[in-house]
Amino acid sequence: MSAYELTVRFGHVLALDDVSLQTPTGQITAVVGGDGAGKTTLLEALVDLVPIEAGSVDSPARSTIGFMPAGAGSWSELSVDENVAFVGGSYGLATDVLTTRADDLLTRAGLSDVRDRLAGQLSGGMRKKLGFCLAMLHEPQLLILDEPSTGLDPVSRVELWRLISEAAARGTAVVLTTTYLDEAERAGTVLVLERGKALLSGSPQDVVSSYPGVIVQTDSPTRPQFAWRHGTGYREWWPDDPPKGSTTTALTLEDVSIVASLRQEVGS
Amino acid sequence: MRAMILKEFRELRRDHRTMGMLIGMPVLLLVVFGYAANFTVDNVPLAAVGPKAQQVAQQVEVIAQAPFDVVEVDPGGNAATAEDLLQRDSVDVAIDTGQQPPVAYIDGSSLFTAQTSIAAFNRLGDQVTVEILFNPELKTSWVMVPAIIGLILTFIGTIITSIGMVKEKQTGTIEQLAVMPIKPSTVILGKILPYFLLATLDMVMVTLLGMVLFDVPFNGSVGVFAIGAGLFLFVVLGLGVFVSTISQNVGQAIQTAFFFLLPQILLSGFIFPLEAIPWGVRWISYFLPLTYFTMVSQGVMLRGAPLDALWFPLIMLAIMAVVIFTGAVLRFRRNLAPGDGRRSKPKVSA
Repeated sequence: MSAYELTVRFGHVLALDDVSLQTPTGQITAVVGGDGAGKTTLLEALVDLVPIEAGSVDSPARSTIGFMPAGAGSWSELSVDENVAFVGGSYGLATDVLTTRADDLLTRAGLSDVRDRLAGQLSGGMRKKLGFCLAMLHEPQLLILDEPSTGLDPVSRVELWRLISEAAARGTAVVLTTTYLDEAERAGTVLVLERGKALLSGSPQDVVSSYPGVIVQTDSPTRPQFAWRHGTGYREWWPDDPPKGSTTTALTLEDVSIVASLRQEVGS
Repeated sequence: MRAMILKEFRELRRDHRTMGMLIGMPVLLLVVFGYAANFTVDNVPLAAVGPKAQQVAQQVEVIAQAPFDVVEVDPGGNAATAEDLLQRDSVDVAIDTGQQPPVAYIDGSSLFTAQTSIAAFNRLGDQVTVEILFNPELKTSWVMVPAIIGLILTFIGTIITSIGMVKEKQTGTIEQLAVMPIKPSTVILGKILPYFLLATLDMVMVTLLGMVLFDVPFNGSVGVFAIGAGLFLFVVLGLGVFVSTISQNVGQAIQTAFFFLLPQILLSGFIFPLEAIPWGVRWISYFLPLTYFTMVSQGVMLRGAPLDALWFPLIMLAIMAVVIFTGAVLRFRRNLAPGDGRRSKPKVSA
């Protein structure tokens, strides 16, 4: 699936400004950004949930898209099995196919012992994993996950990422949004959004290696507009050579995202 | 404490629905109770039939303190004509002058009108014989039960449906439904049909219960009643769907549904007779679906009115069903498919 130069506007608010995105088969594409960056709007534009003002979306048929919204992604007053039956039925899966896939997915997600439990009574992590299973039930070509790991404890995050990685390994194109940069580093492609604009895109390694400058670790920053608190000290970005005697470290994806955002803010 | 009060006022100021209830509701109640809350009927449509119809019509109009308004004079008519006029709700009182003394047939399904008419005829002593049709003992329950069936359907149709629909929005699953390969019309029908069936079941249950507990008769055709109830259900389900489209959560849906319910309870004619409500307020009654359902249910159950006698309320319900249901479903469809389906748009240069 590809989206080219998408622009989305809600009234006077420019939610997406000329954003492009490609989701290669068998890879995870992570859309990263803070609150209000336009991550959810981008995913919604991909599945026609918001009208686009300009640009184009080349997406597969709906029957081959799996979608997990930012909410729970399941019906709270239905049991796990009833959720599976509803979604499977909506995608027109034959009973035997649905049974096999549900058994496989729910076992891998660790939900096989709670199949009779209401979705609303599952823990946050279990509920997200159920949402993932429902989105994967029809073996989609394209899996769209809106902040799948937000609000989850570290163990649940790891378990959910294992499922996502397995889906990509089986050939599904996965596009997800996240506020966690450590998650974005695991993706094949990353798109960093800030206030509706694409700041960076490419593989995490390419994005980091092609970004100019170095990071200086310091206790007293001399360029406060490009410095941020890190542990007990500061990290400070220098576009070229830093002052002699500075302690420099290599850029990380987190550094690059923060610097890109700061540069956009100060307009440099 | 000061901060808490200030915060509460700020929140209230931004909660337009609650402000509506705080300001709109007292105004509505005052207007309704001030103008509409009136059980005294001072205009009773009357027909005179039989050989002395003309003469009696003139006499009736000059009876002191009489509320009668002669709307039909039929010298060729008889007792059957009089009963037919009442059954069709053309008039509330029909005097057959072919008998000695003349017989005033009164429609008992219009409770307050009947009571007013009886009081007027009682003042004439034995010059007129009074006969009450359709509700001879003037039981309040007989008049109320057919209307309450409509009220219950309004509650179920509007509140329960809106809650069921808005829950999908509140939990975010509506987006999931929108992305699934299910047609919006299938989603909407799939969501509405269960409520339609449940409301139908409730309607049958309440009607039967009313008949058993209160001895309310069912004199007319089940088919005509079913047509009226079916159309009415579409209207109230449509209102429920509409409420869900303008609400973001269950609390808002209940609050909004209440705005649609209160006028129907107060102005549809089953508490205060329509004839007693001044026109300044009464016009609102004619925009309320419960007004027409009450006409149909009382007409069928008590008077045994045939289909052609109920064409007006049925047509009004049909128009409302088409307009409200279609409008609401189209709005809900927009929630399901907010994108316009165009996946490519050229960039317009500034």
